[in-house]
Amino acid sequence: MSKGNYVDILPLSGKYVPFSGDEVIGTVNDMTSSNWLFDINSPYPGVLHASESPWKVEFGATAKYLELGDNVTARILSVDDSKHVQLTMRDQSLRKLKGGHVVDIPYAKVPRVIGKSGSMIEMIKEYSRCKVLIGKNGRIWIDGEVENVLKVAKAIRIIDEESHTHGLTDRIRDFLESSFPSKHG
Amino acid sequence: MSMDLPEGMKLIDENGKRLDGRNADELRPIRIEAGVLRRADGSAYVEMGKNKILAAVYGPRECHPRHLQDPTRAIVQCHYNMLSFSVDDRKRPGPDRRSVEISKIVGEALEYSIFLEQFPRTSIDVYIAVLQANAGTRCAGLTAASVAVADAGIPMRDLIPACAAGKVADTIVLDLNKEEDNFGDADLPLAYIPRTGEVLLLQMDGHLTQAEFNRAIELAKGGCSQIYAVQQDALRRKYSIAAGENGGKEEEARGNVA
Repeated sequence: MSKGNYVDILPLSGKYVPFSGDEVIGTVNDMTSSNWLFDINSPYPGVLHASESPWKVEFGATAKYLELGDNVTARILSVDDSKHVQLTMRDQSLRKLKGGHVVDIPYAKVPRVIGKSGSMIEMIKEYSRCKVLIGKNGRIWIDGEVENVLKVAKAIRIIDEESHTHGLTDRIRDFLESSFPSKHG
Repeated sequence: MSMDLPEGMKLIDENGKRLDGRNADELRPIRIEAGVLRRADGSAYVEMGKNKILAAVYGPRECHPRHLQDPTRAIVQCHYNMLSFSVDDRKRPGPDRRSVEISKIVGEALEYSIFLEQFPRTSIDVYIAVLQANAGTRCAGLTAASVAVADAGIPMRDLIPACAAGKVADTIVLDLNKEEDNFGDADLPLAYIPRTGEVLLLQMDGHLTQAEFNRAIELAKGGCSQIYAVQQDALRRKYSIAAGENGGKEEEARGNVA
């Protein structure tokens, strides 16, 4: 889309740049006495202070609640000019993700996985009967029967590879129908 | 710069053809492939005549060593490396004066084209590996690196095509090969963006008169325009192939990335 001398470009690849208010899925990278550092699939780590967590964390007891490698959903609280990222989990919907499987895709493809007003993701959930959470940062958490989870991961990989082509939704529907034959006849 | 011409070697024959049969204003055959490395964020492979060059881009990512970090913008760390088997006599591996210089100038050209201010505190790491060298590797390296940066999805002002012109046997010619570079009178590598007319890299080895210099610049700019088209095509092709394999929607896919 162009406007005067400006052009708006949708990238096909690239790194996620954190934006205040985005809901992301992070993985614990490192921790201090009062902070967790998250890998949020971006050049910048996300900092979650104990006071922004849903728990009452005593000083030095961060490891009791989240350990290295744990996944959470979090919201980006603030990003300053040099891209220092603060996270928050103080919301009903934000939580630690227990179990499940995490896959990464380029953040630019997130809208393709969600589809028009959620059509793609709803279709995937319906066929697979898996729980699927998508972070704005391109990290996707899938939980359910192991077999089904792997099929959903495959479907997401197809969306990633073919996101720029036409008739994607139909092809994904075909894939899901052949992968989950029991449902829909 | 010129060495003694081996006996019986004619850089330009009676018909005005060069050693490899090219005309004075002709590029060597060029082929560019984008996205050839799976684990890199962006990559490209360039063949320009007998030059074979691989470029990989990682980032923007956390900057190491930390003291190089800039709180306001990203930095470009470019590493040009000639592999030991890239030339006739084995090249001693590792950085040397020449490769440090080329890393610097190529990195600076890339720095100019990338919107660095969008990624403060990060580093964009560019690795250029010369698998086979036949003169003009700095230009081919920059051509490859710039496609790799675009493939990595890093926002940039434009692709950077680069090529050299020079003086061989009293004639101004485009894109010197190994023999012409070794036994010629002058070499003038140029990186130039056809869309805006900006010059991002210009060096000269040897002597040229003002008129010869102007002619060489003109030739090199023409060469850059041709390479620019090949660069764009490489990026388009990367996405149209994926579509072609999965249902033949090639044309539509082309439209989407154009």
